[in-house]
Amino acid sequence: MSLLTQQQRLQLCRLLEEGLPLAPRPYLLLAQQLGAEEQAVLAQVQSWQDEGLFRRVGLVLRHRGLGFAANAMLVLDVPDALVDELGDRLGKVDGINLCYRRPRRLPQWPYNLFCMIHGRQREQVSAWIEALLRREGLAQLPHRLLFSTRAFKQCGGRYAAAPEVAHG
Amino acid sequence: MDAIQQALCQHFQHGMPLCAEPYRAMAETIGSSEAQVLDALQRLQRDGGLSRIGPVFEHSRAGASTLVALAVPEALLERVAERISQYPEVNHNYLREHAYNLWFVLTGPDRARIDQVLDEIAADTGLQPLDLPMQRAYRIDLGFPLAGNPVAGHPQSKAAPGDTP
Repeated sequence: MSLLTQQQRLQLCRLLEEGLPLAPRPYLLLAQQLGAEEQAVLAQVQSWQDEGLFRRVGLVLRHRGLGFAANAMLVLDVPDALVDELGDRLGKVDGINLCYRRPRRLPQWPYNLFCMIHGRQREQVSAWIEALLRREGLAQLPHRLLFSTRAFKQCGGRYAAAPEVAHG
Repeated sequence: MDAIQQALCQHFQHGMPLCAEPYRAMAETIGSSEAQVLDALQRLQRDGGLSRIGPVFEHSRAGASTLVALAVPEALLERVAERISQYPEVNHNYLREHAYNLWFVLTGPDRARIDQVLDEIAADTGLQPLDLPMQRAYRIDLGFPLAGNPVAGHPQSKAAPGDTP
């Protein structure tokens, strides 16, 4: 079995970012586009997986398309000494999909802890978050709830340096 | 969503078989046929619930990324949003309710490329972007719980927000 060239690996990376073809032999279709063997493509993907290049492999869903239209970004201004402890705590709460620390940008942006919450209805999501903050004793921390009202573009991250790649 | 689609979402958001015929293997796991699995996924994609299938790359290993916000005057919003979406490095471009109203993720092969795009965006729009790279992840996106989502409940369930843990 021949290995992929550097160029084929880059091209495979781009094709995978577009998604696996929905056909019985998806890797064979990718291999044909690369001019490679199916087994070489499978071996490459397996090796990337083993190296930890993928966060996960599977279905990538669209919240909005599934009726989860209320998407809130909760941002909090947490004292630096407490942010890790609080982030760990909030990160374990079911219903919080992402929990990240990011830098403040003073004076415009004072918030350093970000959580994403998805729900079907806005009122329900707001009430759930406010109840969570009260329960955790955090309601007095400066915080804001930024609902998304429109998606202009939604697709997965693209890491291959390829300005010419088309986007859906 | 039908039963097969629900089973697929439940079993295969965090992982799927890596083999020549993954859809056949998935069908075996959920007691279905390969044709039914492919049909269910195609319908889910057509109806807008499925973005794609395959790997989600690990940011820190696969390149650089940052969250960016712009405070766009209302009158310029459509034009700026469209311009931002045209950048191949941009994904998840959303309008949010805040003075910083346009939020998107920039990804690139390295931080130098991110800085370059940030400069281009500033020059392009005349707006100063907020650059908010992730410093630490306490919880990463591991897929989305459809059943038993504590915020939303099930569409048919009567659970009130107060019922959630």
